[in-house]
Amino acid sequence: MSIDTDTARKVAKLARIRVEEADLPALADQLSGILTFMEQLNEVDVSGIEPMVSVTPMRLKRRADVVTEGGIQDQVLKNAPEAREGFFAVPKVVE
Amino acid sequence: MTANSLTIAEARDALRKGDLTATDLTMACLTAIDAAEGLNAFVHKTPEIALDQARAADARLQAGAAPDLCGIPLGIKDLFATRGVPTQAASNILKGFKPEYESTVTSKLFEAGSVMLGKLNMDEFAMGSSNESSCYGNAVNPWRAAGSNALLTPGGSSGGSAAAVAADLCLGATGTDTGGSIRQPAAFTGITGIKPTYGRVSRWGIVAFASSLDQAGPMAKTVRDAAILLQAMAGHDPKDSTSADIPVPDFEAALTGDIKGKVIGIPREYRMDGMPAEIEALWQQGIAMMRDAGAEIRDISLPHTKYALPAYYVIAPAEASSNLARYDGVRYGHRAKLGQGDGITELYEKTRAEGFGKEVQRRVMIGTYVLSAGFYDAYYNRARRVRALIKRDFETVFAEGVDAILTPATPSAAFGLGEMANATPVEMYLNDVFTVTVNLAGLPGISVPVGLDGKGLPLGLQLIGKPWDEAGLLNHAYVLERAAGFVAKAEKWW
Repeated sequence: MSIDTDTARKVAKLARIRVEEADLPALADQLSGILTFMEQLNEVDVSGIEPMVSVTPMRLKRRADVVTEGGIQDQVLKNAPEAREGFFAVPKVVE
Repeated sequence: MTANSLTIAEARDALRKGDLTATDLTMACLTAIDAAEGLNAFVHKTPEIALDQARAADARLQAGAAPDLCGIPLGIKDLFATRGVPTQAASNILKGFKPEYESTVTSKLFEAGSVMLGKLNMDEFAMGSSNESSCYGNAVNPWRAAGSNALLTPGGSSGGSAAAVAADLCLGATGTDTGGSIRQPAAFTGITGIKPTYGRVSRWGIVAFASSLDQAGPMAKTVRDAAILLQAMAGHDPKDSTSADIPVPDFEAALTGDIKGKVIGIPREYRMDGMPAEIEALWQQGIAMMRDAGAEIRDISLPHTKYALPAYYVIAPAEASSNLARYDGVRYGHRAKLGQGDGITELYEKTRAEGFGKEVQRRVMIGTYVLSAGFYDAYYNRARRVRALIKRDFETVFAEGVDAILTPATPSAAFGLGEMANATPVEMYLNDVFTVTVNLAGLPGISVPVGLDGKGLPLGLQLIGKPWDEAGLLNHAYVLERAAGFVAKAEKWW
């Protein structure tokens, strides 16, 4: 499977990473190289094998559905590039 | 000899006897760190915190009954969240980020009285095998080839941790290992590093790369030191639902040096084409050492080994693309300056283009691709099926009575910084060929320095253990360490 420039552009868009038009061919090449490497997996007979979900066979623990550490708005916002009136601030989302 | 070159076990005994104070020990490390700028191992130094913790440790030692790590100065990989101290995962996207919380591992280490000297260099988001993807610039291996001044990689991703321990800047360090990031740098720098069983150590507060593969572990000068550190790091944590609620045995007490009658598996698939003769010779030496110690050596087969790397490079980027979606310029870290008319999409795209380095961008995009509609089954699900087969290979040999598996740790000794600059991403990935199977299967693995190559550079062997049998694994490693008698240190040039 080889990735063309259009696919590279689409993947970059899906990943929300800006890639300049001039850089797309090189990116497509690199991604193709990696995908070719992955294609060895097609040699393996995986019939009847379930995809592995958990690393160790154990039941995930559940916890009570209660607030554990609440009321720390200041700490939550402390590292925000922009915060206003107790909220994270972003450019206008809805016209 | 200055105090910073002590092992943890030696320092522990000296501190308890009162022959040494934690403050003096910490000062010796801080002095060594300041004199080692050329290694670029410590990227955020925390001398004030260190001296405060050292004074508190001295008080605790005086009161008696102090834990093993009381007063022991450590370096912390930049991937661990440390309250009020920069935590960047060696990425520009987390520039300026100072967590309001402490990772479980560092909390436990501090409760045990250890001292934090600072944060250690690494590959960006732990993605790399040479420490060259770091936003701080690469760390440097204290080792150099005989008769050469060329700078070598300390390996990656825990390259700063490896360099700092090997150069005696700290007594031990934390590392993390997703595909070999503790064991490969340990092997490149002549130190010991263990990746525990998945779930043995809490991942809470560690910047996530690939959540089903990531596991933290110690990097240390000896197997005993690794056992002492792991003891303090391990244990169930309600904040990490994948951390195992099972008892943690006494790892140091398990170091009996007796492995008579144990079965050591030698997997034939790890004999790679084009493997350097020196690696093969080292492996044979290790086999002889285990046999001389009374172990039974058994040839085994792990038939899906060849497919571990391609499976890993589907699964790890897939998980990374999901984990790294959180870096959006909204809640923490870097935010791009926006142009006229830019909206929320431009905010995301520009922030991530500026903040992530090239390798991280590539992996996020590969992960995005293999998870995208139409390819999910062909790549991601197929890789997870192959992963199940790789795990089954190990389960089969363990069920047949194998106690531990001996393999090379790396396909070569440390290579030159910049040497791989023109290599394809896949060529760099081959560094993980012997280590990545262990992460996919969730097993414990340890790298032990065993010898020097023809150029005088350290080489390591890897032992792989049964799930939750770090105690047995450490004892096997202890036998290997004693038989190898590796005491060489890098000659100081920095």
